Amino acid sequence: MASTRGLAQTRPIDWARANLFNSWWSTAVTLLLAWGIIRALWGFIGWAFVHAVYSVPHAADGAPDTAPCRAAQEVGACWAIVPEKYRFILFAFYPYDQQWRPALCVVLFVALYAVSANRRFWRRELGLIWIATLGVVALLMWGGVLGLPYVPQYQWGGLPLTLILATLGLAVAFPLAVLVALGRRSTAMPAVRLLCIVYVELIRGAPLIAWLFMATVLFPLFMPAGVDFDKLLAAQVAIILFAAAYLAEVVRAGLQALPKGQSEAADALGLRYWQKTRLIILPQALRLVIPPLVNTFIGFFKDTSLVLIVGIFDLLKAGTTAVADPPWQGFGNEVYLLLAVIYFAFCFAMSRYSQGLERELDRSRRH
Amino acid sequence: MAQVDLSDPRFPGIHAGGAPRRHVRLSWSDPRLRNVIWQVLILGTVGFVVWYLVHNTSRNLEARHIAGGWGFLWQPASIPIGETPIAYTPSVSSYGRALAVGILNTLKVSAVGVLLATLLGTAVGIGRLSRNWLLSRITAVYVEGVRDIPLLLQLFFWYGIVQALPGPRQAFHPVAGVFLSNRGIKLPQLDWAQAHGLALAAFVFGLLATFAWSRWADRRQARTGRRPLTWPAALFFLLVLPIGVWAAFGAPFHLDLPALRGFNFQGGLTITPEYAALLIGLVVYTATYIAEIVRSGILAIPRGQWEAGGALGLSRGVILRRIVLPQSMRVIIPPMASQYLNLVKNSSLAVAIGYQDIVSIADTTLNQTGQAIEGVAIIMGVYLTFSLAISSFMNWYNKRMALRER
Repeated sequence: MASTRGLAQTRPIDWARANLFNSWWSTAVTLLLAWGIIRALWGFIGWAFVHAVYSVPHAADGAPDTAPCRAAQEVGACWAIVPEKYRFILFAFYPYDQQWRPALCVVLFVALYAVSANRRFWRRELGLIWIATLGVVALLMWGGVLGLPYVPQYQWGGLPLTLILATLGLAVAFPLAVLVALGRRSTAMPAVRLLCIVYVELIRGAPLIAWLFMATVLFPLFMPAGVDFDKLLAAQVAIILFAAAYLAEVVRAGLQALPKGQSEAADALGLRYWQKTRLIILPQALRLVIPPLVNTFIGFFKDTSLVLIVGIFDLLKAGTTAVADPPWQGFGNEVYLLLAVIYFAFCFAMSRYSQGLERELDRSRRH
Repeated sequence: MAQVDLSDPRFPGIHAGGAPRRHVRLSWSDPRLRNVIWQVLILGTVGFVVWYLVHNTSRNLEARHIAGGWGFLWQPASIPIGETPIAYTPSVSSYGRALAVGILNTLKVSAVGVLLATLLGTAVGIGRLSRNWLLSRITAVYVEGVRDIPLLLQLFFWYGIVQALPGPRQAFHPVAGVFLSNRGIKLPQLDWAQAHGLALAAFVFGLLATFAWSRWADRRQARTGRRPLTWPAALFFLLVLPIGVWAAFGAPFHLDLPALRGFNFQGGLTITPEYAALLIGLVVYTATYIAEIVRSGILAIPRGQWEAGGALGLSRGVILRRIVLPQSMRVIIPPMASQYLNLVKNSSLAVAIGYQDIVSIADTTLNQTGQAIEGVAIIMGVYLTFSLAISSFMNWYNKRMALRER
C-alpha cells in the first residue's frame, strides 16, 4: 500500500521524469512513440469520425446510392454500410421476419456464459442448464413446432452460428477431452493409453483447416450409400474432435500436476476408480488448469471463423459476403472493424475473466 | 477397527512393492481381469467403427470408380498456381510437382515468418517490461488487441490493404527501384556473380570468427577481469572482410531494376500481394504470443538477479542480455517451439486469400482426382515432418541451453 500512496503524492512532473524521460534513450523512445501515436490517432479520427459518411440516400426502389461513400473513400469511413447490412452480417440468410429467433439465441448464449462464469453456479445443475439452453437454442433455430416455421440448417448463419459452433463444440469436446486425458494417464490399460496417444498426436499434427477439408470430403465417404452428411455437421464434428485433442492435453497437465498422494489417499479409503476420479482427482485437477482451459476456449472461439473456408456462413463469412455486394465493394475495412469489435468483445471478456479467476484462485491457494 | 484383508482386490496399491503376484481370478471383482475386459471392449468398439468406416469408404470409392494408389502423382495437374518457386506449368507438370510447389510455398512463408515473428515478438515482450511508461502501454495494447481477433479476419484486413494499393502506373515509389502497387512489392534484384557468392562465404566465415573472438574475449575476461574490445574485430570480420573479397574479385554490381512496361512491371524481384499479406498477418499475430512467452520468461527470473547485476554496476541492458535472458531461455524455449508449430499450421489459412500452400494444393488435387485418402495422407505426412523437425531442433537447442548442474 505504501508504494501506491507514494505514487499519489508525487507530482506529475516527477512521474514523467521517472517513467518517460529517465534517460536520453527513454526520452527518444517517448518522443518517437508520442509522435507516431498522435499521427495515427489523428489519421484514425479523421477517417472514422470527421470525414466519415453515416448514411446514404436510397433510390425509389430502395437500392442504396453509395456515391457519397465513394466520394469520401480515400479520406473517410463509410459507416452507412453498418445500418444497411448489420442484419445480414449478424444473421446471414436466416428468414428476415424470423430473425428474432437467432437474436434470442445470442442473448441465451450470453446469459449461459454469464451463469457459467459465476462460481456460485459451479454445481452439478450447471450441466443441466447447458443441456436445457442448447435444447432451447435448437428449438428456436430449427423451429417447426409451436407455430414457428421450420428453418433448414443451410439458412443459418452469422453470429448465432459462430456461437453454436463454439458452444456446442466445447460442450461436447470437454467431456471427451477429460476421458481422453484420463485414458492417456491410465497405467492399467496400456491399449487404451496407446489409443489416446495416437488420437491426440494425430489430431494435433495437422492444422484445423486440413481437418475441416478432410471432414467435408471424407465424412460423406464414411457414410453408407444414400446417407447425406450435412456440411455444417461435418464442420461441427471436425471442430469437436480437434478441440478435444487440445483440451485433453490441458486436462492432462492438470492431472500431472496433482500430487500423487491424493490418488493414493483415495485408494486407501477404498474408493473405486470412477469414485476416486469424480470426487477427488478431477475437481482438483481441473481447478488447477482453469486459466489455460479458458485460453484454449478463446483460441477455439477464434478458430470457428475457419469454417468459412469450407463455405459455411459464420459471422466472418457473412461479413465478407456483405462487402462483396457490388454497391458496397471496397468498404471492407469498416465491416472488418465491426467484426473485430464483436470477436474482441467475446475474447477479451473471457481473457479478463480468466485473469481475475487466476488471481482469485492464487489467493485462495495461498491461504 | 475392522480387519483389513490385504489380498482384497479393492486395494491394488498395497501390493505394489514386491508382494507375490496373485493369479487372475475369473471374477468381476478382480481389477486386472476387469481392465482386460474393458480394454477388449473399448478396442473392439473403436475397431468396429473404423472397420465400418473403411468398409463404407471403399464401397463408396468403388461406386465412384476411384482406384486407390499413388499413380495420380505422375499425371499432369491442371491446377493454376500463382506462385511457383520451382518450374511448373499447369496441365503439363505432374500432381507430384504441384504438391512440391505447395510444400515449398508453405516452407517459404513459414521460415521467414518464424524469423520475423521471433524478432518482433522478442522486441515487444521486452518492450512491455520497459520502464518507459508509454512503450510498455503501447506494446500491451498491441498484444491484448491483436491476440483477441481471429487471424483469418486479420488476413482479410491485410489483404485488403495490399490490394487497395494503387495500380502499377500510380505505384508508390519510396526509393529508387522499389515499387508498391496492387501487383505486389517490386524490389531490385542483384545480378548474381561469383564475387557475391565469395563475399557471402566471407561473411559467414566472419560470423564464425566474430563468435570465436567473443568467446575468446569471454575467457580472457574470466581470467584477467579485463575484456578485450570486440567491436573492432566484429567490424573487420563482418564488414571489411566481405567487402574486401567482393572488391578483390572485381566488385561487380549490377541491379536488375523493376521498370514499368505497359500495364505491369518487368524485371526485379516480386513479392506477391498474397505472400505479403499472409506474411504480415502471421508475423503480427504470432508475435503477440511470442511476446507473452518472452515476457513471462523474463519475469520468471527472480528479482535478485537484477539486483545483483545492479550491485555489480552493470547497466539494465547488460543485465538483461548477459544475465537474465540466458536464464529465461530455459523457460522460453519449450512454449516457443509450440508457437513456431502454430505459425506453420496457421500458414494453411493462406487458402483464404489465394496463396497456394500445401493444404490448398492438396485440397485441389483431392477434388480433381477424387483421391481423398491419399490427399489426406500427404497433408498429414507433410505436417508431421514439419512438427518433428521443429520439435527435434528445439529439443536440441533446449538441451544446449539447459542448466548444467555441477
